[in-house]
Amino acid sequence: MSEKIPVTVLTGYLGAGKTTLLNRILTEDHGKKFAVIVNEFGEAGIDGDLIVGADEEIFEMNNGCICCTVRGDLIRILDGLMKRKGKFDAIIVETTGLADPAPVAQTFFVDQDVGDATRLDAVVTVTDAKWLKDRLKDAPEAKNQIAFADVIVLNKIDLVTAEELAEVEAAIRAINPYAKLHKAERANVDIAALLDRNAFDLDRILDIEPDFLEAGHHHHHAEDVRSISLTVPGDVDPEKFMPWINDLTQIQGPNILRSKGILAFKNEPRRFVFQGVHMILDGDLQRDWKDGETRESRLVFIGRDLNENELRKGFEACAA
Amino acid sequence: MTTMTPPVSLREHVTPITAETHVIAVHWLKQGLVLALADGRVLRWRDGAVVDGVEAHAGGILCATGDGERLISGGDDGRVVATRFEGEPEEIAKDQKRRWIDAITLSPSGNLAWNTGKTVQARDEKGRIRTLEAASTPQGLVFAPKGYRLAVAQMNGVSLWYPNTEAKPEFLEWKGSHLDVAWSPDGRFVVTSMQENALHGWKLGDKPSHMRMTGYPAKPRSLSWSHDGLWLASSGADGAIVWPFQGDGPQGKAPRECGVRHARVTRVAFHPGALVLAIGYDDGCILMVRLTDGSELLVRPALRGSGISAFAWDKAGKRLAFGAEDGAAGVLVLPS
Repeated sequence: MSEKIPVTVLTGYLGAGKTTLLNRILTEDHGKKFAVIVNEFGEAGIDGDLIVGADEEIFEMNNGCICCTVRGDLIRILDGLMKRKGKFDAIIVETTGLADPAPVAQTFFVDQDVGDATRLDAVVTVTDAKWLKDRLKDAPEAKNQIAFADVIVLNKIDLVTAEELAEVEAAIRAINPYAKLHKAERANVDIAALLDRNAFDLDRILDIEPDFLEAGHHHHHAEDVRSISLTVPGDVDPEKFMPWINDLTQIQGPNILRSKGILAFKNEPRRFVFQGVHMILDGDLQRDWKDGETRESRLVFIGRDLNENELRKGFEACAA
Repeated sequence: MTTMTPPVSLREHVTPITAETHVIAVHWLKQGLVLALADGRVLRWRDGAVVDGVEAHAGGILCATGDGERLISGGDDGRVVATRFEGEPEEIAKDQKRRWIDAITLSPSGNLAWNTGKTVQARDEKGRIRTLEAASTPQGLVFAPKGYRLAVAQMNGVSLWYPNTEAKPEFLEWKGSHLDVAWSPDGRFVVTSMQENALHGWKLGDKPSHMRMTGYPAKPRSLSWSHDGLWLASSGADGAIVWPFQGDGPQGKAPRECGVRHARVTRVAFHPGALVLAIGYDDGCILMVRLTDGSELLVRPALRGSGISAFAWDKAGKRLAFGAEDGAAGVLVLPS
């Protein structure tokens, strides 16, 4: 079987610099050929790459899962592209500024043909240092895009003062402290930092430490979208944990945007890792716990209106 | 019937064709075979050899149909192109924005339909074009066996549209994403393949009744009616799933399973005059199965990475053409 084609989802609010970044990825000399699925067709032509227009047709799967929406157009387009394997090395999906990244991401886990041929590499969100704070107030989509991101490009930092920059960074970190954050002017971020992230690859989930050094909590309780990190200092009982996490994501799935966990199961030498998008969970036993590594169980949720105390109590009740 | 001998082989009756890239469709014209390829080329083949190849589309071919004279293809260059056995390809239509042609179909009387995104266009034999805006991008189009009526498979159902009238299309509703669509030769049934690894059918009439055909491990993307219209074969499982359409249709009846192997069926094609089914698998194997007794003939052994992507019987049912995703292709001539 040939390698699965990596897919990078490029999202960001209107005017944040998404198109500039896309053009940079496509024109820079990196020896890679891309197929690009764009939402606005007929922009300035980019030679040598395959550009496809998409309509963002979202539909609900008939599987009783209310937040399990997928992009029908994406399934169709990827099916068409896969007949021309060898013409490109990677795929970039650009979403509209107003798009919710979840249906795009879910498409890769729900559709078998798409999942067999491609793998979701990462969700990259371009955001704007000058206007993000306003957008976080008036545009729920902007918040979702930050919450969902594996990589955040904080663009246009030359347009703000150092204090403003610190403030906008704190606002991003209050929502999503786990994404890799790159500051940029005119989207001048190293392309290598955006591609081949393997952000959804269970084997690559090594830790779920925040991406920044300052210790301690950022208490931004005004934010409805935020991250919650939970730890059980030791093993959990899979007989308790699995039903709990399944019920939790079934019931609170619409509010849980992303989840991740590394768990020590009772009597299990290997780490159990999982990651989720809304209700869709993907988990597996990974490598052994190393000598000297503390066996502990950690979970991270990024979501909207999550009840931290309730989650904590639920998780702690799974302790072995 | 109970012997364990391997299927009798027809391998030596197959002439290979090298198409070099993913074969989207194979199609018999009066003068020979044409192969529509994913890189935009059309190969013309006759008497055991490729005559020539022409570039029908600048990018790639996404879908194709045809009659005895022409192969009609839709491409990622937004063009609908007719290619005959001789001469240059001829453009029938072009989307100004160069959007993909997602689906294409041709009726026996020469009516043609295709869509770019949500816009469905029907062109009658005189060249008059009518347009329908669907609620979502259709992936399957098919004309009724008689009359100028088009079935449009889309999100949450199928529209049945008379392009020559102003009447609003009838909508056969069933929640979910409908992909390919087939209309039974007697005109009584419309069947779609669905995102949820199922077929959905309607028995047409004043009150269309539903039929659900579920249990596939994959999407059943290839459908083929038997010549008598009484059976519908489908891909998407480890054997061809063949549903009985006698009387009121398959509701409550079990399908036949033919040619069950440790592989996934990707293409099916009924012989035009007998209850014999060609079955292509994702491992490259092709079997021919007689529906009446389940007897099997081997047409092509499994070949890694060479999953079957296209089938076509010639009109007389003497030759079966096939194409594969790795660019291999061939023609089986049935021994007389």
